[in-house]
Amino acid sequence: MSDIRLEARDLAVEFTSRGGDVAVALDGADLTVKTGEIVALVGESGSGKTTLARALTGLQRPARGQVLLDGEPLGYTGKALKAFRRRVQMVLQDPAGALNPRHTVYDSVAEGLRLHGLSRHDPDGRSEEQQVADALSSAGLRPPERLFLRYPHELSGGQRQRVLIAGALALRPDLLIADEPVSSLDASIRGEILALLLRLRSELGLGVLVVTHDLGLAWNIADRTAVMYLGRIVEAGPTEEVLAAPQHPYTQALLSVVPEIERLEPVVLEGEVPDPTHIPSGCRFHPRCPALASGLAAAAGVEDDCHRVPLPVLPASEGHRSACHLVAAQKGTTRV
Amino acid sequence: MSLLKLKGLSVTYRTEEGPLPAVRDVDLTLERGEVVGVAGESGCGKSTLASTVLRLQPSSATVSGQVLVDGEDVLTMRWGDLRALRWAGASIVFQGALHSLNAVRRVGQQIAEPIQLHEPSVGAAEVARRVGDLLEQVGLPASRAASYPHQLSGGQRQRVMIAMALACRPSLVIADEPTTALDVMVQAQVLDVLSGLVKELGVGMMLISHDLSVLADMSDRIAVMYGGRVVEQGPADQLFTDPLHPYTSALSASFPRIGDPAARYAPAGLAGDPPDPRELPPGCSFAPRCSLAIPDCTTAEPPLELKRPGRGVACIRVGESV
Amino acid sequence: MSTTSGTVTLTSRQLARRRRRAARARAWRRFRQNRAGMAGLVVLTVVVLVALLAPVLAPADGLEVTHATGGVLDAPSGEYWLGTDANGRSVLTLLIWGARISLFVGLMATVISMLIGTLVGLTSGYFGGWPGAVLFRLTEWFLVIPFLPLAIVLASVLGRSLVNIVIVIGVTSWPGTALLIRSQVLSIKERPYIERSRALGAGHRHLIGRHLLPNVVPIVFANTTLTVAVAILSETTLSFLGLGDPTRVSWGSMLDDAYGVGAITTGSWWYFVPPGVCVVVVVLSFTLVGQALEEVLNPKLRQR
Repeated sequence: MSDIRLEARDLAVEFTSRGGDVAVALDGADLTVKTGEIVALVGESGSGKTTLARALTGLQRPARGQVLLDGEPLGYTGKALKAFRRRVQMVLQDPAGALNPRHTVYDSVAEGLRLHGLSRHDPDGRSEEQQVADALSSAGLRPPERLFLRYPHELSGGQRQRVLIAGALALRPDLLIADEPVSSLDASIRGEILALLLRLRSELGLGVLVVTHDLGLAWNIADRTAVMYLGRIVEAGPTEEVLAAPQHPYTQALLSVVPEIERLEPVVLEGEVPDPTHIPSGCRFHPRCPALASGLAAAAGVEDDCHRVPLPVLPASEGHRSACHLVAAQKGTTRV
Repeated sequence: MSLLKLKGLSVTYRTEEGPLPAVRDVDLTLERGEVVGVAGESGCGKSTLASTVLRLQPSSATVSGQVLVDGEDVLTMRWGDLRALRWAGASIVFQGALHSLNAVRRVGQQIAEPIQLHEPSVGAAEVARRVGDLLEQVGLPASRAASYPHQLSGGQRQRVMIAMALACRPSLVIADEPTTALDVMVQAQVLDVLSGLVKELGVGMMLISHDLSVLADMSDRIAVMYGGRVVEQGPADQLFTDPLHPYTSALSASFPRIGDPAARYAPAGLAGDPPDPRELPPGCSFAPRCSLAIPDCTTAEPPLELKRPGRGVACIRVGESV
Repeated sequence: MSTTSGTVTLTSRQLARRRRRAARARAWRRFRQNRAGMAGLVVLTVVVLVALLAPVLAPADGLEVTHATGGVLDAPSGEYWLGTDANGRSVLTLLIWGARISLFVGLMATVISMLIGTLVGLTSGYFGGWPGAVLFRLTEWFLVIPFLPLAIVLASVLGRSLVNIVIVIGVTSWPGTALLIRSQVLSIKERPYIERSRALGAGHRHLIGRHLLPNVVPIVFANTTLTVAVAILSETTLSFLGLGDPTRVSWGSMLDDAYGVGAITTGSWWYFVPPGVCVVVVVLSFTLVGQALEEVLNPKLRQR
């Protein structure tokens, strides 16, 4: 089976606030997810990671750019979206709220099947009950029949998350987009859900895009990692390289404050992610950049560029790359 | 004399479905200038523990045992003394700063309130100066006193909560999930503020979190709670890097060390869910999820025993090597 | 495998039915604990039974002025328990038949009001944008127009008939329902499970039918009983003002007649007190039942 690819090409999303300010939540992003691979999209709140995920599932219409599935651009008609969603499914964060409290587990999992007319016309000839049972078992809920008639409030947090995953799996999608799949779960349950995502990848060949603020999660399961800051991907590449040898000063700072990492001197950045209605000029990270503040950028002769020259959108290639004037300059000098 | 000493503390809630033992027989001490971390998952009793220290537990709770703050039992204290303690002796930083601040009052007024109530002789100018100092102590400009809560970000609100807790110069601070729902970078900022306070002001802090890695970073000692009991207790770094109780090991492993090849494609977790305090399993409450469990584990609840110097563990499978 | 799944289906269907039954039983138990609601329900049951059995209890003959047997405004007696009206008809007979009209108008007007209110509230809440804004303005506009003048104008334009009075009350009493439903829809629309359903491929019809309606229906249901009370009161008012159907007896028209023949000045209390008391009791009962239902069906109120 050849790989199926979901691509974002120069995707941008804008929101207009009541005051008329335009917030650029996503300012051009290139990203690819293939079947059989797990990609982590990491960033703080306000980085645009959830907006990118929503745009990739067609839940958010982009202001610019395209979403492509297998090279085909996504149209935004009801019919095109429906066909698209059968192949690209999303698992939302907050499993407590993402299940209708009035629906049983069975109804919640069968909802997608009924929407797509698969209840009666399964390609393998299974009954709706069988499809629901299979989806629940794939999500690690066994025996599935025992859960059919439970209501969401009768389940534990981990079970709810599995029901949500089962609801997505019932459609047998090619790709799964999971938004903070474990952030609201207890630490000891987290591992089980992550192991489930890994298993789905190896057993069903599913491609998974995991949106998270948790770098440990990316290290746990992702093949590739993309780091976002203020609406842009600032660094991306194989997880081992991005997290073990980060290039971008922002990634370095993020990693340094993860409590488990003792080998790094914590670089605590001042302030918070700026307001997306006023994106700084030049490199969008420059007002908080520790490399600029410490004079490293000046020493490399890129200080002016940092303030003035905007960086291009990172292309969605496989290698390790970052959007930083300093990194570009250092690479240049090593080559010379 | 210890700043805080819990002796055999048990808290049971009366509920429609029967008694709910939230905290069971907990012993804990905290000295001045020390940070003790309490780790555990939802429903393990850690938040009940926090509120009981200041006798803030709901009226449906029955409490037994002792909570000694500077040698005085909070549970039997007269109301006037308790008020004085809540204002000046000890304070608590709750999780969810958004809902704990009054939305229609400036944050400066809210920080000033305990000072004005507790020390009515202090003049307005002096109060304003102290509010400014407090804000600077938590890393916010003094001018922020004029802001309303909605004008602040999540991290800034959490700092205001900390400033409020410090307003009357307490010697004991209880921080209940102070960084939950904050981003890593903002979490690092808030944790910096907290550890600065312990170093500079010499307060004793009880830090409660579900995140063992945060506690390992911040605390001197850690107590791990499961099913309402302390199952392991010891120096923070030892407990995180060399856990003895199987639950602590699992908890510690669920926070992977980035860069550790062993954690790649191997997320560690536990099967099953934390126990319902109303229906605790017989014997060790962790036994049903424990990979080391043997039939003996379900016969009696293992006591918290010293298995290594300074390290208490409640598990019959952990050998003694004192 | 297929056989096992077959048996599972059977038992799971049965189980589902049993669970639904249990949920209904639970709601009923909770309703029964509400004494005021139960009192209202008993009164309403009696009134409805009386209205349905009117031809048996009091032959329709008694309504004909030409067949009247009593004297003019006779006081209550053994023969005429509630006395007679100016035409010599039994007030009790009029009262029993009046219940039919009052209840009919109240219920039918409520159905119209609920349909319009649900439709407008759902559309304006769900779709938002300019159509939603227009509908919302329309709702507000209807809400601020004083009810009585509008109803009087409508009633006189449409003419005096039973159907018209139903329409008049129906089209003037929906804005409250519409606002209630709109606010509910606005809040439910933001729930994550709506987004999940969209991500599964749901269109508007599915979202409204499977998620929004089931969540607002209980509120509509509780609101209905309150609206019936208002509608009965409106019918009484309009009939009293002489805008009701002149060919039929309702409690309002009885009050109007009593007023017209000067029953109040002559002290013929048996002519105006019974319909007045009936209106108050029925309206109160509907309100009590409505409040009890709201408490049972709205989990937020239950916690208080």
